[in-house]
Amino acid sequence: MRALPVGRHALLVETGGPEATAALHAELERRRAAGLLPPVREIVPAERTVLLDGVAEPRALAADLARWEIPPAPRGAGREIRLTVRWDGPDLAEVAAAWRVRPEEVAEIVGGARFRVAFCGFAPGFGYLTGLPERYRVPRRPTPRTAVPAGSVALAGRYAGVYPRSSPGGWQLVGSTDAVLWDPGREPAALLVPGTGVRFVTAAGARGTGAAAEDAPGRPGGGEGAP
Amino acid sequence: MTAPGGPGTGAPPAAGVPAARGRGPGGPGAGPAGALRVVRPGALTTVQDLGRGGHAQLGVPHSGALDGPAHRLANRLVGNPPSAATLETTADGCAVRVLTAVTAAVTGAPCAVRAGGRPAPWGAPLRLRAGAVLEVGPAVRGLRSYLAFAGGVAAEPVLGSRSRDLLSGLGPPPLTAGDEFPLGAPSGPPARVDAAPCPGPPDELLLPLLPGPREDWFAPGARRALGRARYTVAPASNRIALRTTGPAVRRAREDELPSEGMVSGAVQVPPDGLPVVFLADHPVTGGYPVIGVVPEEALWAAAQARPGTPLRFVPTAR
Repeated sequence: MRALPVGRHALLVETGGPEATAALHAELERRRAAGLLPPVREIVPAERTVLLDGVAEPRALAADLARWEIPPAPRGAGREIRLTVRWDGPDLAEVAAAWRVRPEEVAEIVGGARFRVAFCGFAPGFGYLTGLPERYRVPRRPTPRTAVPAGSVALAGRYAGVYPRSSPGGWQLVGSTDAVLWDPGREPAALLVPGTGVRFVTAAGARGTGAAAEDAPGRPGGGEGAP
Repeated sequence: MTAPGGPGTGAPPAAGVPAARGRGPGGPGAGPAGALRVVRPGALTTVQDLGRGGHAQLGVPHSGALDGPAHRLANRLVGNPPSAATLETTADGCAVRVLTAVTAAVTGAPCAVRAGGRPAPWGAPLRLRAGAVLEVGPAVRGLRSYLAFAGGVAAEPVLGSRSRDLLSGLGPPPLTAGDEFPLGAPSGPPARVDAAPCPGPPDELLLPLLPGPREDWFAPGARRALGRARYTVAPASNRIALRTTGPAVRRAREDELPSEGMVSGAVQVPPDGLPVVFLADHPVTGGYPVIGVVPEEALWAAAQARPGTPLRFVPTAR
């Protein structure tokens, strides 16, 4: 673990990888909840780093961090969300071809994986989900779409994700869900927060009425603008 | 959550029906204490407060007034707490009609101000009659003026803030003609000043540059070399970032950096080598290496620098 200075009031902690990032993030949240962390305005996990922003004494915190013993992130202990999915994405056949499987098997592979929200970014409520085995990496589309519908279930690189609202996007679209990923009137506003477990459950009917118990109430999300 | 009369303030009052000034009984949940209607929205006028910090891990930018000191001063002049929402203009000002008598102030980029058709001071509290139009002219210098109204612009907050975030589209949309906004109840008396000193927007933008996390991604001495180079503020600058034209910063590594958390003031260097300074609506993560960080207290000047303004980075150790 290496803590890099970011100006006067922030630290970027390099963890080495997604698992170590999840572990550090969980430990930071645990210590914050227990009142064992000096005030930090933002804790922003990413793929291989955690940013701590709005820290009064970043050097002191960096020195402290170096002494921490960080247990692995608790797996399965946190909240798990089940998202009901229709496997109707326009890139399903392409992803199947890349994986050398039949299109139906894409649903089995993605539906069989246990995902975790590694971090959020790109848009409010967009979670980068890890958990797909390494051999199922897919490239981004060479040309991003100008409009990806809200609720699109997508893959790129080692990640899966769900578009919280209509926006441009370059990920491979394999399915869709009616779950509301982002609702500023809800607490938390994002359905998928870092650390949340995620399973994709195949919709029973065409409209996904066979929602799992923990599923979010379905209604298409709106959206405007885009990063 | 900011201005008194905050969340839950209802819809604007019916047109032409001035609401009672809400100092009396009422408290939270009481109707709006006043209202304003947009006459001329200007090129880009947005509602801004101190932003919605604390949600970056959900992918939510901080947002908030780009020129923080000007926003705070405008609020102080009308007796508001710093968290009350103001209007932030871009280059060509705006005009709003107040539907109720209210104290207002204009700060930030200096500009011609007219209240009820008469010339009025910039940087001082103004008493507006019900129905008067507050006209804020184009910025004479700088870029962004701030209009504060006693009680604050009580647009519907999102995640605790009324700021419009242009990257992710949170907060009230940019002003259009005819929009109405409720005002909160005034919480304090206006400042007793004739005019408040306000730093003028700089002719040359000097941005201190603190060490960033990825200096090792650049040629040795790149941060110091950046300090010797001359840049110009590029027209593509906006609330998300200040963009530059000038010599390219040379990178030592050409591989891809996995996206990582970004702070306001981060100076990212994309593949074209031209430094980009992240401002309030910046994305919470980014994939280009950060060579240095402009401290928060210097970012107001970046917010006021027009395209074409000469720009130098001044490397500093701490």
